[in-house]
Amino acid sequence: MTALRSATEVVDPVPGAGAPHLPQQPDLVQLLTPEGERVEHPDYSIDIGDDDLRGLYRDLALVRRWDVEATALQRQGELGIWASLLGQEGAQVGAGRAMQPDDMAFPTYREHGVAWTRGVDPLDVISLFRGVDNGGWDPVATGFNLYTVVIGAQCLHGTGYAMGIQRDGAENAVLAFLGDGATSQGEVNEAMIWAASFSAPVVFFCQNNQYAISVPLERQSRVPLYQRAAGFGFPGVRVDGNDVLAVLAVTRAALAAAREGQGPTFIEAFTYRMGAHTTSDDPTRYRLASELEEWKLRDPIARLKAYLSRSGIADHAFFDSVEAEADELAVRIRTGTTEMPDPPPTSMFDHVYAEQTPHLAQQRDEFVAYHASFEGGEH
Amino acid sequence: MAAQTLTIGKALNLGLRKAMEDDAKVVLMGEDIGKLGGVFRITDGLQKDFGDDRVVDTPLAEAGILGTAVGLAMRGYRPVCEIQFDGFVFPAYNQIVTQVAKIHARSQGKLPMPIVIRIPFGGGIGAVEHHSESPEAYFAHTAGLKVVAVSNPVDAYWGIQQAITHPDPIVFFEPKRRYWEKAEVDPDATPGPLFASRVVRGGDDVTVLAYGPMVKTALQAAEAAEEEGRSLEVIDLRTLSPLDLDPVFESVRRTGRCVVVHEAPLTLGLGAEIAARVTETCFHSLEAPVLRVGGYDTPYPPSKLEEEYLPDLDRVLDAVDRSMGF
Repeated sequence: MTALRSATEVVDPVPGAGAPHLPQQPDLVQLLTPEGERVEHPDYSIDIGDDDLRGLYRDLALVRRWDVEATALQRQGELGIWASLLGQEGAQVGAGRAMQPDDMAFPTYREHGVAWTRGVDPLDVISLFRGVDNGGWDPVATGFNLYTVVIGAQCLHGTGYAMGIQRDGAENAVLAFLGDGATSQGEVNEAMIWAASFSAPVVFFCQNNQYAISVPLERQSRVPLYQRAAGFGFPGVRVDGNDVLAVLAVTRAALAAAREGQGPTFIEAFTYRMGAHTTSDDPTRYRLASELEEWKLRDPIARLKAYLSRSGIADHAFFDSVEAEADELAVRIRTGTTEMPDPPPTSMFDHVYAEQTPHLAQQRDEFVAYHASFEGGEH
Repeated sequence: MAAQTLTIGKALNLGLRKAMEDDAKVVLMGEDIGKLGGVFRITDGLQKDFGDDRVVDTPLAEAGILGTAVGLAMRGYRPVCEIQFDGFVFPAYNQIVTQVAKIHARSQGKLPMPIVIRIPFGGGIGAVEHHSESPEAYFAHTAGLKVVAVSNPVDAYWGIQQAITHPDPIVFFEPKRRYWEKAEVDPDATPGPLFASRVVRGGDDVTVLAYGPMVKTALQAAEAAEEEGRSLEVIDLRTLSPLDLDPVFESVRRTGRCVVVHEAPLTLGLGAEIAARVTETCFHSLEAPVLRVGGYDTPYPPSKLEEEYLPDLDRVLDAVDRSMGF
């Protein structure tokens, strides 16, 4: 009976975070409450100036605007699909801003907020969802790998990259992203075994947004995800994923430890996917409206705005300027999307190999000849 | 190093050693490849000389080997992954097919994947299940991969080095039952290209195509056929993706007959693709349909039956007879 009860308690899908009728989570690292109160944590502090605090707000607001615009563009037929990050901005911006320029991120397909912090042009992400390419940015130059759609595969890539960092004698680290569903994947577990065995400088950043499309966390794990790290032999920490300051502090510390040769850390950013899995999804079929309403009270942007306003770090003029910048960004995204050219048809033959094969070159020639056989050379 | 007589296994070992000497970015990864030197001893002595950062005994998880190889390749390394046995490549299949094969294309050429995946393949060693398979068609079917199969010590020595310096991912099949076959290898010679088939015995009556372990079988069949007055031309395909069929077309235009031999199951094996292409290109020269000799469309049988399952000299000659009699 005791065991059963504890198992039930630990998989509670909703964090305390001050919400009514919910149990407190003593393990949850939080530096900014949902009400916008700065609180201290015994293990994690944040050293951040006012400019950077305002910068975080700007990141959060612009990323959300990008996301909202992309969802609208999908609804209007301009994108094939969009994977919204709504509600996860704090986790992603906090994680991304914890990275140093030479660190490398290995995202899933939803890390638009991290992409933003790495200087990736939103249109280079949009192009993937429009079907123009598989991501237009340079993974090496930005320190942000291409999106990976096969769930969890990127955790092994990040771990291998971290093994390369070790062999280079470099002082960088890898931030490998995954979701709660991915923790069930064999490859993710293999990545953690590898990372532990080789003490690789990689941090696993798990955004637990409570659902893998429709399947709730309970189906993936009977223990809190961060506790799994102990089984692999490295630290696990649960952070309030809607608290950008706590995420920044925890991720900074984990990356620093990795750079110093202390090996991997597993971070569980406890958050909530406020939107659908993608624009093709209907979350009303599998979750309650009341749950969504509770999570709205923990919004990552509202709490930072409340703190900045109340503490006098930002004023109306600042918030207005961010709003204006968001408007400009939205226009740029909209225009850039609708004016984005389709790729040339022969481009699918390019880059299949670094060294083209005679066979594929011949297929390409036949494809060109086929098109040219129609009147006017087009059809 | 002077020319010396080497087994395929030793030729691979020396080829790997040379590749590691030539490029400090070459990293070997696999299960038991360090102190043990691999279950077939192909990496014997390499960890001792190059260290455990370059000859990595990995945890026992094939997807992990290939997935971390991707990350190492992104960081500028040239991983050479050993899959211990053919039947154990499938846990890594996801990484190979969805990641390794596609990353160069999906990054529009920004992320090369110079990864070599070494797989001892094929049967005939009396092993338990999953140790005798021929999975090459799965990889040859996958865009973005290149696939080669060596049949002799000379190709083993040069081929592994050429594969490691090549910019694309290569699945490198080693004929495990022929690991102990010997030939003279001259390290001062100039090797031919990796992606080229080769006529290994001239003939006029029937063109016989084989690769990996079946090249020896085809050559034995050609010798036996000669005693019956039949002249078989044997071509070692060597490269399975891309196929190099120009020498095959040239041969079939002369002989008018073609037999393809492989250990892999017949249906949708390499022989099917080759038969289609030979027919498309040499239709007017053919005196008989292209015939295939392969494993049966069954799971690889228990080893007491494998001699029945595997193509041998007689089954090749049977196909030659059917081709001649058409």
